[in-house]
Amino acid sequence: MERNLTMVAMFAALIAVLGLIPPITLAFGVPITAQSLGVMLAGTVLGAKRGGLAALLFLGLTLLGLPLLSGGRGGLGVLASPTVGFALGFPAAAFATGFITERLSRLPVGLAAGAGAIVGGIGVLYLCGITGMSLVLGRSWGEAALLVTAFIPGDLIKAVLAGMLTLMLYRARPRSVLSRA
Amino acid sequence: MLSLTAPHRTRAHGWPAGAKLGALACATILLFALDSPAAMAGAFAATLALYLAGGGTFARAGLRRLWPLWPFVAILLAWHGIEDNLALGTLLALRLVTAVALATLVTMTTPLSDMIALVQWLATPLRRLGLNTRPAALALALVLRFVPSLTMAAGRLRQSWRARSARKGPSWRILGPLAVHALDDAEQVALALRARGGLIEGTTSDGT
Repeated sequence: MERNLTMVAMFAALIAVLGLIPPITLAFGVPITAQSLGVMLAGTVLGAKRGGLAALLFLGLTLLGLPLLSGGRGGLGVLASPTVGFALGFPAAAFATGFITERLSRLPVGLAAGAGAIVGGIGVLYLCGITGMSLVLGRSWGEAALLVTAFIPGDLIKAVLAGMLTLMLYRARPRSVLSRA
Repeated sequence: MLSLTAPHRTRAHGWPAGAKLGALACATILLFALDSPAAMAGAFAATLALYLAGGGTFARAGLRRLWPLWPFVAILLAWHGIEDNLALGTLLALRLVTAVALATLVTMTTPLSDMIALVQWLATPLRRLGLNTRPAALALALVLRFVPSLTMAAGRLRQSWRARSARKGPSWRILGPLAVHALDDAEQVALALRARGGLIEGTTSDGT
């Protein structure tokens, strides 16, 4: 019980700290931040329920007024901005990532985590993000999707990284990787 | 830790958080009911006046927080400009900026402690139903402690990586050790919590 609590709090903090790392600019000029890597890791390491709770805790602190979203954003203004869907999608994305990782328990852990990160951290997150953007900007879903496609290659790199990191953690601390414990 | 509350105190800092949130909700609903660009421009001007009422430094800090919206304003104007409906584009862009500005205003004038107190008050019915909200409160406090400690750990790892490597700049290579550090820290804090009696408060703990 205590362990679940501290793990959830730690991964909420990890999502925040990864968002503080200055963005890396890809070859074609699109900045990528490590924040969504934190969301993926919450799911792949903690599993669906705890991972979703970690992302929910992070989201709650952000909305209460801590500048923890990448770029130092936060506060209630997030709810009215075009990127609202991505922020609100974090808990769903972490949950889906963990759900897939847990379901693929027969696959090697790195592969299962990578697949989970692609489905949850990219599929589910973009579904929420694009829907929010199309609602706020008043454009169709397809038009909103066009605005964010440039960020998908960066997120694919992050999903691969999430798979590799989860495998490494599973080798280093098998008991702490709760999605496989 | 850094927060988005403006350090410079305004009169609105003392107002009850619940009232400010209620007013924000009403104002936002009203904003989405307006459909003439002139009325929307009026709402935008009124919001700007609220920022200026907080003083020059306050207004500048607030406007800096709205700056990340500019690409979306440009997209809305360009898109509707191409479709020859600039009036609608202006209306949507003004509404977007005004809605975010109003919400940011509430965040800037409400200290984190007030927000947490409000959430605790809102959770009162849950406690009446017998739900224990203490773990949630403890988790929140733990995150506030973990963020600076994890940031420091990342800084140390980056320094030692630089000392060993000829390449400059942080590398994704520190992510692995950082994640291991996070897991170990969480395990140790869990152990410390359990040694001090843990979360048990009348309920049984399964010891996992």
